[in-house]
Amino acid sequence: MSGTDDVLVNIEGVTKYYRRGAELVHVLEDIWFQVRRGEFLALMGPSGSGKSTLLNLIGGLDRPSRGSIVVDGLRIDRLNERELAGWRARHVGFVFQLYNLMPVLTAERNVELPLLLTPLTRTQRKRHVAAALAAVGLLHRKKHFPRQLSGGEQQRVGIARAIVTDPTLLLCDEPTGDLDRRSGDEILDLLQLLNREHGKTIIMVTHDPHASARATRVVYLYKGQIVTEMPK
Amino acid sequence: MKYAPLVLSNLRRKRLRTALTLLSITVAFILFGYLAAIRVGLGAGVQVAGADRLFVRHRVSIAQPLPISYLDRIKRVPGVRAAIHQSWFGGIYQEAKNFFPQMAVDPEPFLEMYPEFILPEEQKLAWLRTRNGAIVGRSTANRFGFKVGDHIPLQATIWRRQDGGVMWDFEIVGIYDGADRGTDTSQFFFWYEYLEEGRAFGKGLVGWYVVKVDNPEQAAEVAKLIDDEFLNSSDEVKAETERAFISGWVNQIGDIGLIMRAILTAVFFTILLVAGNTIAQSVRERTQELGVLKALGFTNRQVLFLVFAESCMLSCLGGFLGLGIALLLISAGDPTGGALPVFYVPARDIVYGACISVGLGLVTGFFPALRAMRLEIAESLRQA
Repeated sequence: MSGTDDVLVNIEGVTKYYRRGAELVHVLEDIWFQVRRGEFLALMGPSGSGKSTLLNLIGGLDRPSRGSIVVDGLRIDRLNERELAGWRARHVGFVFQLYNLMPVLTAERNVELPLLLTPLTRTQRKRHVAAALAAVGLLHRKKHFPRQLSGGEQQRVGIARAIVTDPTLLLCDEPTGDLDRRSGDEILDLLQLLNREHGKTIIMVTHDPHASARATRVVYLYKGQIVTEMPK
Repeated sequence: MKYAPLVLSNLRRKRLRTALTLLSITVAFILFGYLAAIRVGLGAGVQVAGADRLFVRHRVSIAQPLPISYLDRIKRVPGVRAAIHQSWFGGIYQEAKNFFPQMAVDPEPFLEMYPEFILPEEQKLAWLRTRNGAIVGRSTANRFGFKVGDHIPLQATIWRRQDGGVMWDFEIVGIYDGADRGTDTSQFFFWYEYLEEGRAFGKGLVGWYVVKVDNPEQAAEVAKLIDDEFLNSSDEVKAETERAFISGWVNQIGDIGLIMRAILTAVFFTILLVAGNTIAQSVRERTQELGVLKALGFTNRQVLFLVFAESCMLSCLGGFLGLGIALLLISAGDPTGGALPVFYVPARDIVYGACISVGLGLVTGFFPALRAMRLEIAESLRQA
């Protein structure tokens, strides 16, 4: 590590548990790790290992039960709901496994959604949307609804929505999990491009070694803890 | 405004469901408009009745006549500025269904008493010099095509003529308009002296008196003085404000306001359930999408606002559409052919209707919006 300025995400002693009746269910246990700026990190692990929960915590979608999460120098676990929502809008782009596009909106309207939270004018928003769609190679399909697009195309729209605000951090939860190999490869190419050419820091949850091979670093989670190697 | 496409697109999600809900809201507001117009029609005169006018009738019943000699005694009661008498004629024009009220009056004091009846000066002069002259309101004139100079035969149902006949001939010498929209212009007025001279019986009797008081705030005291003036006489009277009299007359068929409120409450309660269910179902179906919006940075309040905007847009769309259709239909006039001489939706009720449609949106959206606001992002995304 070249210095603290290079650290974008710093997680210290994060524990997450849920209450199920009287029982405490531990999902993450005393997690410590850092993500450097410009890194493409793959979070791997079997189902139930806590990878999506960790991703949600880094993205401010959930709060840790203990520990601290600092992103770009900001202690996000101490922000209130409103501050956290504003922070997400400005700094985080999410890519979901099932794309999570609004079925009633066209591709361009879907991509525009995060920009509605900014003070940009309609013309400025349109310009940003066009740029994002062009970046994922789907400008020509901007008027199409999600149902008129293939899975791979929908995921590219999802990525365009994630990058349209030019966020600091791109969080991808199994982005290729619902795609065939060819479409999955296209998405991974795109993510790699965003990382290499545009310097986006990406954290990608996956259980697919083929996908994690594209990352610059892989972190393994097993039963809520970081391990150096996946147990057989 | 930038959220409008999002809100609208959500309404388009299940087009049939939205259309049916919209239709039910629209129908409810058409009914609202009609009931408002009917209430105005039934209460015609109540709103415009002069606060400074008292109505003096026989204590037993309005159908019991009073002696004309009471007029001077009423005029002498302290606090009375002017008094006139009126007598119900109850004639039939061609057919019994062609009903319109006909009253015998003394023209000059009558017109002074009712400044809300606007009659051109030359027509007023013509009425004063024409013994069998009559003036008719604009709505009745339009209804039957009466014109100045027409001779109108009315068949008496009460006042037989001295020669045994029942047909009375009247010459239309004037057509009056109302000073405002709520003025009843369905009535027909003619000379009392013409009736008095021609009728076979009932000489020296009038139907009731209308009294103008000096000070409207003392109307109740003056009414009491008038009642007292004729206490223990053969024809005791009951004086009350014109407004109270007309209200009482209307309410003979029941408390119109209460009936209207009961109907509208039932209708809007049903609509509340229908529209509320639509919005609630729509929000339930979109749990995951709402979670995505929050993940993208929408705050809880913004999500709350979006659901409220959706429910308000639906109810306002239906409400305004319903009110618009009602206004359009009602503008065609009295659908009963004369039973509702004044038939329109007052501006106040249009404002009420608009407020109700917004209120309906807020109430129907309340629980779904609250649910949407409280959604946990991680939890709602897990529902994918």
